[in-house]
Amino acid sequence: MNTQDHISQAYNDELEEVRSKVLTMGGLVEDHFQGATKALLKGDTELASDIAKYDYKVNALEVEIDDDCTSLIARRQPTAGDLRNVFAVIKIVTDLERIGDESEKIASFVTELSVDTKSMTIYNSLKSMIKTAREILSAALDCYARLDAKQALEVAKLDEDLDSNFNDLKRTLITYLIEDVKNIEDFIRVMWCARSIERVGDHAKNICQYVVYVAHGNDIRHITDQKD
Amino acid sequence: MSNQDELELLQELGETVGTPKLKEKVRMSCNHVDVFYNETAQAIFDVSVDLGKNQILAMIGPSGCGKSTLLRCLNRMNDTIDGCIVNGEITLDDEDIYNKTIDPVLLRANVGMVFQKPNPFPKSIYDNVAYGPRLHGLTKNASELDDLVEESLTKAGLWKETKDRLNKPGTGLSGGQQQRLCIARTIAVKPEVILMDEPTSALDPIATATIEELMYDLKSFYTIAVVTHSMQQAARISDRTAYFHLGRLVEVNNTDDVFTNPEHKLTENYITGRFG
Repeated sequence: MNTQDHISQAYNDELEEVRSKVLTMGGLVEDHFQGATKALLKGDTELASDIAKYDYKVNALEVEIDDDCTSLIARRQPTAGDLRNVFAVIKIVTDLERIGDESEKIASFVTELSVDTKSMTIYNSLKSMIKTAREILSAALDCYARLDAKQALEVAKLDEDLDSNFNDLKRTLITYLIEDVKNIEDFIRVMWCARSIERVGDHAKNICQYVVYVAHGNDIRHITDQKD
Repeated sequence: MSNQDELELLQELGETVGTPKLKEKVRMSCNHVDVFYNETAQAIFDVSVDLGKNQILAMIGPSGCGKSTLLRCLNRMNDTIDGCIVNGEITLDDEDIYNKTIDPVLLRANVGMVFQKPNPFPKSIYDNVAYGPRLHGLTKNASELDDLVEESLTKAGLWKETKDRLNKPGTGLSGGQQQRLCIARTIAVKPEVILMDEPTSALDPIATATIEELMYDLKSFYTIAVVTHSMQQAARISDRTAYFHLGRLVEVNNTDDVFTNPEHKLTENYITGRFG
């Protein structure tokens, strides 16, 4: 479903502007997550402080895009693919804003860590989780940009790997919590960071599901829940 | 979308997509209907669609797509046009309405029509509604006729506004009231189906909302087919929507599906404002 070819060029422009803003917001959120996780791996508190400081930009874009969508619905009464597109945008920006929040949380924990994660035995697992989450997020945004539903379905599946990585890391961390009581606070901070990284995967998966909805009109959310 | 793209999409068009035929609750049915004007100009091509009992079917499409022509076939209004030929079968409760034994005047009482511009007779409000029942001899005495006029005006949502001025001319009412008077006039002859050809296009938004609300109430008693140029109106009021293009029925489906996820690209392009 492209945003073009309407009889009204102004309508084309309005839809295209919203799409472009979502891509800008996606890029910003991706940068923040990249920065926050880089700070976590490197123990870079300065970078972490910067990331935490700039979450307001993401929030402002969410408000602006929601406002644009409200105006589009009121003035244009979009239907069919255009309607799905506008609704998906409203959902996607919520997920993007939450990814921004998770990045902010990670950045805040980094500033509180008293030890470098590099010195922790879970470092490699954490690094691997971060790599997968970055890939999912980047691929999900790519799928939205190209409205590639087929690829979106593949990307959404990667979230299972991330969930499984998180569970492994959680088990390992619990062992350390029991064995090394002195560093309990740092372990908990890292646990929260890992949890945020796992949540980023969930939000990216949601974005993939909205891409399928825009492209084909199928709502594939919670399908496994219904089977259960 | 260019004309070339549109042509390619039309060439791809095979059978109507969606659910043109209903398994149950069918009141009227069109089967492979072709309509010609003067033998050479074909206006409708092989249209098959059912009108579900107590449902509103909205017929939409660009100008010249054949939606009004098909609507007028449903109560044989096209009989009055010289050279108009209707092939195929149109049934009302399983009876072919083009059968020679069918009296078109009686048929038009069973399948009433409301037009774009309100057209009350230059008579009193009472006589406008009583005209049909008198013509068809539907009542035995004046008291029964009074009751029928009241019932029809009540169903048309006009009783309260007109009960104290029944002897005043129908043409003295506002546009929206006149259209409701025409609906009351149609109802008075106890139809089974009501056809509406752009019934609100000459009305302001408030009168339009009143008529739409009335249509919603009326569908408990009647089957309604409405031709409309307002896609929002089709989306608001109808149970099923049929999209016509150049005389062909492209798609007919539940209105929710047509406006959120149409099956055919032409439907999508029309309702999203990509051509019209």
